[in-house]
Amino acid sequence: MSGGSSRTGRSLLLLAPLLVFLIGFFVWPLFSMMSQAISDPAVLRLLPRSAEVIGDWDRKSPPTMPMQAALVEDLKAVDDDQALGDMVRRLNSARSGFRTLMSKTTSALADPANPPADLVSIDKRWEKPEFWIAIADALSPYTDRNLLAAVDLGRNAAGNIEHLPADQSVNRVILVRTFWIAALVTFFCACIGFPYAIIAASLDGWKRDLMLGAVLLPLWTSLLVRTAAWFILLQEQGLINDLLRGIGLIDAPLALIFNRTGVIIAMTHVLLPFMVLPIYSVLITIPKNLMPAAASLGAPPLRAFLRVLLPLSLRGVASGCLLVFISAIGYYITPALIGGPGDQMISSIIAFYATGSANWGMAGALGMVLLVATLVLYSVYARLSNDESGRR
Amino acid sequence: MAEFIRFDRITKFYGPLCVVENLDLGIAKGEFVSLLGPSGSGKTTLLMMLAGFEQPTSGDILLDGTAINAVPTHKRDMGVVFQSYALFPHMSVGDNIAFPLQMRGLNKAETNQRVTRALDMVQLSALVDRRPSQLSGGQQQRVALARALVFEPRVVLMDEPLGALDKQLREQMQLDIRDLHRRLGLTIVFVTHDQSEALTMSDRVAVFNKGKIEQIGTPRQVYDEPATRFVAEFIGETNLVEGVVEAVQGAEANVRLTSGAQIVSAVSGAVAPGQTVYLSIRPERVDLTETRNDARNCLETEVTDSVYQGDHLRVQLQNAAHPLIAKLGRRSREFAPGTRVYAAFAAGDCRVIAP
Repeated sequence: MSGGSSRTGRSLLLLAPLLVFLIGFFVWPLFSMMSQAISDPAVLRLLPRSAEVIGDWDRKSPPTMPMQAALVEDLKAVDDDQALGDMVRRLNSARSGFRTLMSKTTSALADPANPPADLVSIDKRWEKPEFWIAIADALSPYTDRNLLAAVDLGRNAAGNIEHLPADQSVNRVILVRTFWIAALVTFFCACIGFPYAIIAASLDGWKRDLMLGAVLLPLWTSLLVRTAAWFILLQEQGLINDLLRGIGLIDAPLALIFNRTGVIIAMTHVLLPFMVLPIYSVLITIPKNLMPAAASLGAPPLRAFLRVLLPLSLRGVASGCLLVFISAIGYYITPALIGGPGDQMISSIIAFYATGSANWGMAGALGMVLLVATLVLYSVYARLSNDESGRR
Repeated sequence: MAEFIRFDRITKFYGPLCVVENLDLGIAKGEFVSLLGPSGSGKTTLLMMLAGFEQPTSGDILLDGTAINAVPTHKRDMGVVFQSYALFPHMSVGDNIAFPLQMRGLNKAETNQRVTRALDMVQLSALVDRRPSQLSGGQQQRVALARALVFEPRVVLMDEPLGALDKQLREQMQLDIRDLHRRLGLTIVFVTHDQSEALTMSDRVAVFNKGKIEQIGTPRQVYDEPATRFVAEFIGETNLVEGVVEAVQGAEANVRLTSGAQIVSAVSGAVAPGQTVYLSIRPERVDLTETRNDARNCLETEVTDSVYQGDHLRVQLQNAAHPLIAKLGRRSREFAPGTRVYAAFAAGDCRVIAP
């Protein structure tokens, strides 16, 4: 008994570095990004007293005196300009006009010579329930604002979910574009990768090694280097255009870079190994004599392929497609370097929110959308492959 | 019998390696021919060329008088049974057997009927919905057999189909296949490296060595009248004793062994006096006697060992120049090592083989 538990202890000890690594670099960042997406402490942190009294308010009648007094107390206690700025921005995004209202109010409260009697005497707008509703909503430590905004939805003044106005609706377009580009790349990878894997699996010796090496070699090169190489190949004075013009196929250079074509060419190349390898690994487990057997039973080559090789290799094609699609929807460098402004994918938007505008909430929310899409795809795949093995 | 399949001067090279060399072979309709030989002797390659999986480097393969070299496999109408079964793992037993019928565009009712009949034939009707992976090796081989026979092919080709089965099952399947051959009048070309399998099942056995046929004949012919040293050694066990031909009279020859003994032996091929030859003496044709009997060949020997093997007694002998093995019936008496005996055999029980 004690021997068993000490062995378990030792095993755990051996696993500890891995667990620490996973928790530190995977689980914790994941959850912190997710909580960034839904947490909203900017207002609550500065207005603790208001939070206590505003809960009793009916959201319709004019603000009560205790509410006004609590808010005045809270605002007087604020000594952090940065935090105040965050709160004002947060409130202003829920209700425009808050920026001027707040600056007017804080400067009035800061004037020791002429203390205001109450908030309404500073500005009439404090009488209107809408502004108090905005504060009341913003006081909740959690928000679905980022998640909704990630799919171009928002709450109106009444709290109902509705579409954001067109000038703020870019995420959905970019999400659809991301999935569309990923689907195209997956399709082209399958079109190239499946025959490639079939040929590689049918060869042996150095020919097979050469074909697999040609797929694997790019995988061992940095993604940035590969993308930069495509940058050189595809540009107007690049190898491809020069060659095509050299042999007289075209007169003017083809537009291959800074557009969708270039992005798809480069991403298909970069992701091809993830299609070829799973298909290849399934194909080599298929006995070599099944196709000759099908032929001897009277199946012409195409029918033999459709009835025997295709169904048997479908599992590999499915996992290849899944791998490529999931990798493709998260692509960042290749569209950023090769694509034009109309080809940016969701990752560049996440990068913009994370590093460009320091809006970690939106970055986290868009990340969650990607994560959910991936999980849904994976569960569909797992269900399908489970059915497959169950029938066997 | 009219010739149905004809291999006409077939040669096959793999790169610089010659696996089948200028080979001629005719097979009659309804005949069961075994291609027997060690691995690498070209027998499987010949079968693969007949099935259309390989192309001969030169020579023609004729089926019913027509050259079929240019006919692709799927139009040759030959049922192939593979050593590793080659069942389609994603299809049920029934679908596997229906496959060749669907390829031929048979309607559903006809297909079902013939699948049922084929399954009855191999006694697997209960397993129609199983997957091949749920069957034992013997059951899988029966399914493969049913699948190769269900479309009534013109020829059935079998490539060591019983190699992966255990001994008991193999012997049962040998009898089953032989029975099917007789009942259905099938033309079967059967590749094996197991000589007892070839002897059990075949009408004729073609013994392969190094890309050539050493001998073709009935099981009795290749066993009792081996044409070459290779055939004598490859099929069954034999004593090979070197000697010189002194005289030839008709189908018999006088041979003087290196020990000085004179032997009268049957002759298979052409031999001339003065020629150095081998005598093949089957161990089970040797009797041990204590007295010389001039009606038969007698070699003076001494027993070196004797082993009781259940169905026979195996006695190792040594005479002045060479060892000899005798297999005696189980009713034979024991021979103690050191006993001096005569090894006696008739002229018809040994064979002169030109080296």
